[in-house]
Amino acid sequence: MTDAPYVYAGYAVTAFALAGYVGVLVRRARAAARALPPEERRWNR
Amino acid sequence: MTTGTAGTRILGGITLGSLALTALMGLVVTPADEVQADAVRLIYLHVPTAWCAMYLSFGVTTLASLLYLWPRTRARFWDLVAGASAEVGVVFIGLTLVVGSIWGRTTWGVWWTWDARLTSTALLFVLYVGYLALRRVPADAGVRARRSAIAALAAFVDVPVVHFAVTWWRTLHQEATIGDPKRLGDPHIHGSMAWTLLLGVVAFTLLYAWLLIHRFRIAWLEERVEDQGLEYALAERHAEAADD
Repeated sequence: MTDAPYVYAGYAVTAFALAGYVGVLVRRARAAARALPPEERRWNR
Repeated sequence: MTTGTAGTRILGGITLGSLALTALMGLVVTPADEVQADAVRLIYLHVPTAWCAMYLSFGVTTLASLLYLWPRTRARFWDLVAGASAEVGVVFIGLTLVVGSIWGRTTWGVWWTWDARLTSTALLFVLYVGYLALRRVPADAGVRARRSAIAALAAFVDVPVVHFAVTWWRTLHQEATIGDPKRLGDPHIHGSMAWTLLLGVVAFTLLYAWLLIHRFRIAWLEERVEDQGLEYALAERHAEAADD
């Protein structure tokens, strides 16, 4: 068995883990924004 | 995303491009290793994530914690930076361990061994997960920040242990390929592999910066939500007192 499946698994795990973390951040940012008054919702207000 | 700005979108685009190029170079362009064959391609993930976690993320957390503890520079800003950087660092060190485990399976035949480098890295992961857990313990903001800052300084002690583990002890994990002082002028790595490794370090550094900015802004927003909740509670209490 070659090492290719392991290599692809390593790249896939990295990509999915980072994408998952970004997804968590997006969800938290939206939750915080919903809890704030409209004028304070954006960072670049 | 509410924490996005024009600057972070540009940074995000450059980061995504450099990560994609790293993957392309790592999987397709660079040669297989003479001894490790294709398994060596995991170096373009393993080394950059380790660099970003140990020296960048946890280094920034330590520096920010020091700045918070120092009375002249004490500010909530540094506490939030420390926490944000530590969280990103935990993600990166977790990836270092997982990718390293996969790499170990192909080269050593085992997913894990209690080698000095691996063990000290696993300890590093646990220490900073503990740091993040400590930040969630309810307390006055100043007390929580000071307690967390001291914990961060203690956790960082493990970073040099991880770094020097391969020279202090006899380990299964190899010594540094490029950073080894004995081989600085003559690193045993093919040219394209060295450049791809450098590209990977740059790409993951940009990713760290992008994640840190967003994570910090989220912490800032969440703090405003918490302060607002406190203001509302105080206002209600005052209203009740006025009615009495």
